[in-house]
Amino acid sequence: MAERRGKGAGEARSDPRGKSGMLRVKMVLLGSSGVGKSSLALRFSKDDFKDSAPTVGCAYLTQLVCLHDATLRFEIWDTAGQEKYHSVTPLYYRGAQAALIVYDISNRESFMRAQLWLKELEKQYVPGETVVGLVANKSDLSSSRQVSLQEGRSLAENKGLLFMETSAKSGNQVSELLLDIAHRVKLSSREDKGLAEWREADCVDMHREGRPRPLSSCCLTIGL
Amino acid sequence: MEADVHNTNAPVENGSLAPVDRLRHERSDSPTPGLVEGTEPGAGQDSAMFVHAQSFEDLTADDGEQEQELSEEGTDGTLETQEQESGESRDGGGESGEAQDTQAEEEQEDEEAQSSGGRDKEEDVTSEAWRRHRKHVFVLSEAGKPIYSRYGTEEALSSTMGVMMALVSFVEAEKNVIRSIHAEDYKVVFLRKSPLVLVGVSRTRQSERELTRELLYIYYQIISLLTLTQLNHIFQHKQNYDLRRLLAGSEHLTDNLLRLLDRDPGLLLSAVTCLPLPSSSRDVISSSLQAAKAKSLVFSILLAGNRLVTLVRKKDQFLHHMDLHLLFNLVGSSSSFREGEGWTPICLPKFNTAGFFHAHISYLEPASDLCLILVSTDREDFFNLSDCKRRFLERLRRRSAYQALQEALRTPSYSVSQVGIAELRHFVYKSKSSGLYTSPEIPIPYQSEEEQERLMGLYQYLHSCMHHPTRPLRSIYRCGERENLLAWVTSGFELYLCFSPLGTKEQAMAAISKLLKWIRKEEDRLFILSPQTY
Ligand SMILES: Nc1nc2c(ncn2[C@@H]2O[C@H](COP(=O)(O)OP(=O)(O)OP(=O)(O)O)[C@@H](O)[C@H]2O)c(=O)[nH]1
Ligand SMILES: [Mg+2]
Repeated sequence: MAERRGKGAGEARSDPRGKSGMLRVKMVLLGSSGVGKSSLALRFSKDDFKDSAPTVGCAYLTQLVCLHDATLRFEIWDTAGQEKYHSVTPLYYRGAQAALIVYDISNRESFMRAQLWLKELEKQYVPGETVVGLVANKSDLSSSRQVSLQEGRSLAENKGLLFMETSAKSGNQVSELLLDIAHRVKLSSREDKGLAEWREADCVDMHREGRPRPLSSCCLTIGL
Repeated sequence: MEADVHNTNAPVENGSLAPVDRLRHERSDSPTPGLVEGTEPGAGQDSAMFVHAQSFEDLTADDGEQEQELSEEGTDGTLETQEQESGESRDGGGESGEAQDTQAEEEQEDEEAQSSGGRDKEEDVTSEAWRRHRKHVFVLSEAGKPIYSRYGTEEALSSTMGVMMALVSFVEAEKNVIRSIHAEDYKVVFLRKSPLVLVGVSRTRQSERELTRELLYIYYQIISLLTLTQLNHIFQHKQNYDLRRLLAGSEHLTDNLLRLLDRDPGLLLSAVTCLPLPSSSRDVISSSLQAAKAKSLVFSILLAGNRLVTLVRKKDQFLHHMDLHLLFNLVGSSSSFREGEGWTPICLPKFNTAGFFHAHISYLEPASDLCLILVSTDREDFFNLSDCKRRFLERLRRRSAYQALQEALRTPSYSVSQVGIAELRHFVYKSKSSGLYTSPEIPIPYQSEEEQERLMGLYQYLHSCMHHPTRPLRSIYRCGERENLLAWVTSGFELYLCFSPLGTKEQAMAAISKLLKWIRKEEDRLFILSPQTY
């Protein structure tokens, strides 16, 4: 899997649509240390869960997502939550088509940090160009929950973000999350002018209130 | 116990020193103990791979530790202090004479290392058990704030560290520097590296100097994460800053480094060991790595576990073995590079304490021990480096060197019995000019963790005798109840041997040239004889 990219790493950056209609998607995972970013990334790319060590710097993984009418190649930047690496994180969210801000439902502090990340991100992204998701991870730890489902959801709604509660451990809602992102990214990158209204309706508009309706009806596959 | 030592000034016993002007490629078939540097077994053919200097002495010289001590009576020990040199540079930024070589061995890797929460820190710091640890290490800020403790939580130890800082300041008020306190069965060693203070409390037989050098490693470990520039900046703005905030999640790196210091002859000898590999295969691997270059690339390093497979460097740029040990430690104590490709800022303090390099770190295959580290100067260059890795792998596969490498991984070490010397249990041989060492696998009597550390302790003891600051030795033979030891140092190599207690001194002496012959015969496989540059 994760086939290496071809020559000249830089060149495709400007044109996200590679040959044969494959869409390259730069996605960044942000959030405090220990919330489960690397665990989510491992679920995304290998559908596996291992006890993981804190990330050093950043980890790069790729994953193909096949929608019925397009294939997306996710280039996932799994950043380190540790404070000493914060100075380099802008490298990773700059130019990203998708950003996931992750917190741990059993850790209130991580939810506060998620809001700071969101602020930082808001300074950077161009509305409508970056699909931003708020991810409440470790949903399997509901017995020690410190952040309610409602809190997370209303924050996301206020900011017009995609919202999902996931468990990297059990795998719950993880592939749904990636698919959801894939759809939105695909819609927001549609160049076809004829579908402009579509885009209006379905892509994530950062200024719009309310959560965009879920897109889960088509038959989809994840992976290779 | 019998001790038999030769002072450096004593005449060299054998008169067969190789002529100094001998060409390096004219390698002797029957090396003798007096070979000069550059012709000893394992010496590289062309340029060295590592920052070059002659000795351990050069390595420790940068601590501003130059002699002239004043002694002062402590209450129940001796307090050694040193006159403060005004205007000395402490930041290590401008040292000139560095030492050579590089890295690591033994098998700690993942075991405990991992998650930040995994440390057993909840120890009762007032307990006897806590007190009895062989070696404590504390790091504090100049404001006396705890930054790191090897055992017990920093919170529980904040008053202890406050006392340490008070002691340091008290002596400094007199324009002096506290270096160590010697009590009956332990030593307390201080290393002042503004803005940090490092303190070691040890019950081992290591010399003050060795302990100071270990503290220096810990200091560089911290610098490698933050850079000295950033560290100074932080403390200039906020003297009271709690540095644990920035070091959070990296404590295990320091823990692991301390374990390496206890067990790894490489850190003791300032040297690295290599994966035994036929030289033809190694050359293919090196040239494949050499070909997969990028503009921003400074060092390409291929590791097999904690052994070096090859290292290619930019022309005129040398890696310091301490920096390589720090890289080994980073890779060895973090499983996070196992998934995907890692991309991390890292400061190599012996190269430059002011800035970050950016390292692309990845395993060649998910379950493999082969880890590739590509060190770049450009933080935006990830995709180019990723592409270097791809090209390297492609070449390797095409030239079937990959198979040879896999083959070699199955026997990453060798048994001492292959050398065929009666009563020889274990040895460590370091070629000074290449900064590489070789050592057989740890034999049965020393395989438990305690025994392994005891054996290392014996080597450490020999090492500190050989490198005594005022009375360095050329050789030492020591009979013990459990083993006999011999150390032999020339301008070309350092050799430490461990024999069964049944062996005699004559046997031991005879073993040296026999062993050197064997190493000469195997040097193609055990060392990197033709290092590459791009
Ligand atoms: N119970 C539970 N534990 C999880 C879940 N996801 C991750 N973990 C655990 O949480 C810890 C941290 O997970 P990581 O994925 O390493 O966290 P991270 O966000 O990548 O942390 P940094 O790399 O330091 O920023 C690990 O011990 C995981 O096993 C989850 O969904 N449920
Ligand atoms: Mg992580």
